[in-house]
Amino acid sequence: MNDDSAFSPLDPFQYLDLGIADWADGIKQWATANRGTIQPVKHFLNDSINSVENVFQTVPPTVMIVLLTLLAWQLSGRRVAIIVCISLVALGLLDPGAWALAMTTLAIVLCSVIMCLVIGFPLGVLAAKSDRFQAAVRPVLDTMQTIPAFVYLVPVVMLVGIGNVSGVIVTIVFAVPPLIRLTALGIRQVNQSVVEAARAFGASPSQIMLKVELPLAMPTIMAGVNQAIMLSLSMVVIASMIAVKGLGNEVLRAMGRLDAGKAIVGGLGIVILAIVLDRITQGVTRSGRERGYRHWWQGGPTGLIFAILDACKRTKQHDEANQHEQTRLRKVKQEQGGE
Amino acid sequence: MQSEKLRSDTEPVIECRKLWKIFGNDADHAMDAIRSEGLTKEDVLKHFGCVIGVQDVSFSVNEGEIFCVMGLSGSGKSTLIRHLNRLIEPTAGEVWIEGENIGTLSPTGLRELRASKMGMVFQNMALMPHRTVRENVAFALEVRRHDRKVRFEVADKAIEIVELIGWGDRYPDELSGGMQQRVGLARAIAADPHFLLMDEPFSALDPLIRRQLQDQFMQLAKEMKKTTLFITHDLDEAIRIGDRIAIMREGMLVQVGTPEQIVMEPNDSYVADFVAGISKLHLVTAARIMESMTDYEEQTGPLSKSGLLTAYPDDTLDRLAELSIDTDAPLIIEEDGKSIGVVTKKALIRGIQGRLHDTTGVS
Repeated sequence: MNDDSAFSPLDPFQYLDLGIADWADGIKQWATANRGTIQPVKHFLNDSINSVENVFQTVPPTVMIVLLTLLAWQLSGRRVAIIVCISLVALGLLDPGAWALAMTTLAIVLCSVIMCLVIGFPLGVLAAKSDRFQAAVRPVLDTMQTIPAFVYLVPVVMLVGIGNVSGVIVTIVFAVPPLIRLTALGIRQVNQSVVEAARAFGASPSQIMLKVELPLAMPTIMAGVNQAIMLSLSMVVIASMIAVKGLGNEVLRAMGRLDAGKAIVGGLGIVILAIVLDRITQGVTRSGRERGYRHWWQGGPTGLIFAILDACKRTKQHDEANQHEQTRLRKVKQEQGGE
Repeated sequence: MQSEKLRSDTEPVIECRKLWKIFGNDADHAMDAIRSEGLTKEDVLKHFGCVIGVQDVSFSVNEGEIFCVMGLSGSGKSTLIRHLNRLIEPTAGEVWIEGENIGTLSPTGLRELRASKMGMVFQNMALMPHRTVRENVAFALEVRRHDRKVRFEVADKAIEIVELIGWGDRYPDELSGGMQQRVGLARAIAADPHFLLMDEPFSALDPLIRRQLQDQFMQLAKEMKKTTLFITHDLDEAIRIGDRIAIMREGMLVQVGTPEQIVMEPNDSYVADFVAGISKLHLVTAARIMESMTDYEEQTGPLSKSGLLTAYPDDTLDRLAELSIDTDAPLIIEEDGKSIGVVTKKALIRGIQGRLHDTTGVS
């Protein structure tokens, strides 16, 4: 008997070939065939990413560091601002070329995260409101998070071509699931008795969403944004395989040349960027109240400006009051002199 | 004092007609089966997997009245109150508010009703933690898109009424439990609603604070004369606050009446058990325990009224006890200058014990 042809119930899979791989390869053909239709979207995205990158590249590093430090101070407090400032200086000191590479990576990550928000936030809200949608979307999210990036790299490149746009798409696939999950979780976890109270006072569904559910879910949603940023950064090396420039590309090239030094520089750059973005976004969730003031503009640099303006106004008022008093005194004196 | 309370004879402004609420996926079939076959609560749970929350409840509340619904946890009282602003939809039956069947309101109409006519206070306060006290109080007006200045002015007025001046810019978690519930009350009255729905508002507070808030609420209720549906599991509270009390058990109203009626004439042993421990001193009046003059004179012969103390039909047992503390003679009850009845010491003591006209001793 020929072993190859005998069907064995103990090892049935040797003899059953459903041809899934061949069928799936059809996706590639489909992608190639539909290239034309996707081009306008691609151009729009490409232009957006390039303009963001241009801005980041034209701002001198010192100015950028100051701006980011001020932003960190405003959003997350003084301690975070100091960490951000030190980290960014360290990033620049890694290598003369590191800053420019980091700005390219930052632009890609920023675009990815914005796209993640545009896609993920509405889906998260939907998943919070509909059990059925939540059940349907969950396995899709599981797949997106666990399937190796290399698997969808090829179809995406076939469809869109290499470059920044595919890089952003590939990053979104990996980074958007936690944002959707945490948005849904945050809204579902809102205390139902507060929602009921809002209903009892006549709030419409959209008012309940905007005035009660989203504000109360915000810390969880921000944790989702934070996760999306971190996962976007962890994708930069893989994205560089499809010709995305930046720190990831540096690591990839160093790997090819077994240049450990360059790899470490690129890798550390990514880590520092991650620290900066993580600290800033995590700080946002801390309410102003925890930091000792009531409105966002009462803290950080704007708080300082307001305080200074306030002080100026007060001294001015003080001066005016003084002047007023002096003219009054003068008048009194004149009158006395007249008599 | 109970006797001073408002007993309005005006039109009912809240009316529940044969209200049913059955929880479960198969509620409508269960309802049909109850109607056609008269299934019991247990049958419904067994055959349909449905739980009966409210069972054939009908009652009406008059304008300006404080109507207490009293029952233990699980008796369906919180479910019942949520039907009045349709936070819960009834399985069967109707709710009429000021002559309008609220079951027929459109979503917009319903929201308008909730925002303008109903103020609700919750057991767990349910304040919005991300909003200041003032923003919380102004919520009903914000929902109706009043502009900021107007709603903050109104909110400040409500905050003043509940004596929380100076706390408007604080957040709820900076306040004590009692203060938080006062914010809840301010939020309910800010929009100047016609009705107050109070869902066990003081239950989560400790006894001293609860008593303070009850007093404050009764003071407010007297001034504002708002029709109130008040839910509680505490009979003492119901008696202190309510003009009328409904006792609820397993989704049904077992008795509706004035506090005096509930305490002195319990419908069944369930209510009797409840009222057993209630002090009658401030609740029962002379009119209820006195013997009529003619009956008394028939039994004991003509009574010489000289030297006897007199009281009025509205006087409570507490007052009668105070009067007769130094004398063994009976009290004369006078109305419009005429002696209409007699309260003997025995009748007084029996009254305090809660036994009416019981002249035969221990029963």
